[in-house]
Amino acid sequence: MTLALIDYGAGNLHSVANALAAAGCDDLAITADPRAVARADRIVLPGVGAFGACAAALCAIPGMIEAMEARVLKQGAPFLGVCVGMQLMAEAGDERGTHAGLGWIPGRVSHLTPTPAAKVPHMGWNDVVPTISHPLIVPGEAYFLHSYAFAGAHVLATTDHAGPVTAAIGRDNMLGVQFHPEKSQSYGLALLRRFLAWKP
Amino acid sequence: MTVRARVIPCLDVANGRVVKGVNFVDLADAGDPVEQARAYDAAGADELCFLDITASHEGRGTILDVVRRTAAVCFMPLTVGGGVRTADDARALLLAGADKVAVNSAAVSRPEVVTDIAERFGSQCCVASIDARRSGGGWEVFTHGGRRATGIDAVAHALRLADLGAGELLVTSMDRDGTRSGYDLDLVRTIADRTDVPVVASGGVGGLADLVAGVIEGHASAVLAASIFHYGEASVADAHAALAAAGVPVRSH
Repeated sequence: MTLALIDYGAGNLHSVANALAAAGCDDLAITADPRAVARADRIVLPGVGAFGACAAALCAIPGMIEAMEARVLKQGAPFLGVCVGMQLMAEAGDERGTHAGLGWIPGRVSHLTPTPAAKVPHMGWNDVVPTISHPLIVPGEAYFLHSYAFAGAHVLATTDHAGPVTAAIGRDNMLGVQFHPEKSQSYGLALLRRFLAWKP
Repeated sequence: MTVRARVIPCLDVANGRVVKGVNFVDLADAGDPVEQARAYDAAGADELCFLDITASHEGRGTILDVVRRTAAVCFMPLTVGGGVRTADDARALLLAGADKVAVNSAAVSRPEVVTDIAERFGSQCCVASIDARRSGGGWEVFTHGGRRATGIDAVAHALRLADLGAGELLVTSMDRDGTRSGYDLDLVRTIADRTDVPVVASGGVGGLADLVAGVIEGHASAVLAASIFHYGEASVADAHAALAAAGVPVRSH
């Protein structure tokens, strides 16, 4: 069972790879090759930093988005987006200008508004509170590190940072998490194990 | 609950070896930063901070290997500081597995380095580290481990670095560092109350009450300490318990 971890220059690529290996993935391909993505059994999209820069880097790989859409949208391969990798599932992001996302989930990514009690970036451990039942998302504490957040459809879980903030989104065979499972110790590794066993 | 106050043990690393670290009895090699990181991972630390104090240029690459080996076995957030002068330095650390990179002296001589890092990798990974001493009615930025005065107002400098894109401010009182007499709470609070980004209190922790004061009185989002953890006087669980007892939200163990 091959898992394709998409390499488009994301800073957390190797941390995600390490965590997937620790969660039991024994056939992990770190790849920028659309052909490898097109035949992968599972696909993970990492990402940190700015939405626009990440979207541009992903678009810059010829054939990558087409391969992802064929494999995930048409053929139903399980997909996990992490942090900005999750945000890219949205229609658009407002970080340093407005940029198009993959458009897999209706909604957009916008800057969090700081308050005296809620600093931005939202940085640290916070609750993952499921809003509907989903086999991969369970209540717990995870590590968040972001200044922008998703608002839109198919929200699976929220966290609280001066109000509800989207923690996970998904539909059908795709899941996106705003927090960092690769940095969330046992909670994060357990989520990755569930993803590796997921048969949506 | 809301985002938790973070307890951050800090390890000084020189030439790839821990200079000041924990005396966990069961470590095969207490001088190995990776062993130390594993111990803190198991102990439930909210984040870990490596401060690279390698003096020589030749020794610089060793921290990348340390970060790489740590990230392979520890699935917890890691901040690395010391010797970061450019966005390329930051990139190398991030790719090795650091989640945040702290820039200190370079941001004194060229504050725009913070913007360089934030624009390329996002504010969330860019920590501005400020070493300050009391001076007149305020605080002054010092470099070189607190020995060299700069004439720069520390509060203004910190706020400027946040404006330039730093996503976190690590504020160390060089008056208190090593004294075990508690954080300079006025310094931490003065900055924390005037910025939207999280502030980490650092320098001077002598006991658990100092950590609590850092959050309650200093308004810090996170508390950094070295000695009390390294010498086994307190565990991360003790720190969380003390904070929880004071009504501060912390992670459950």
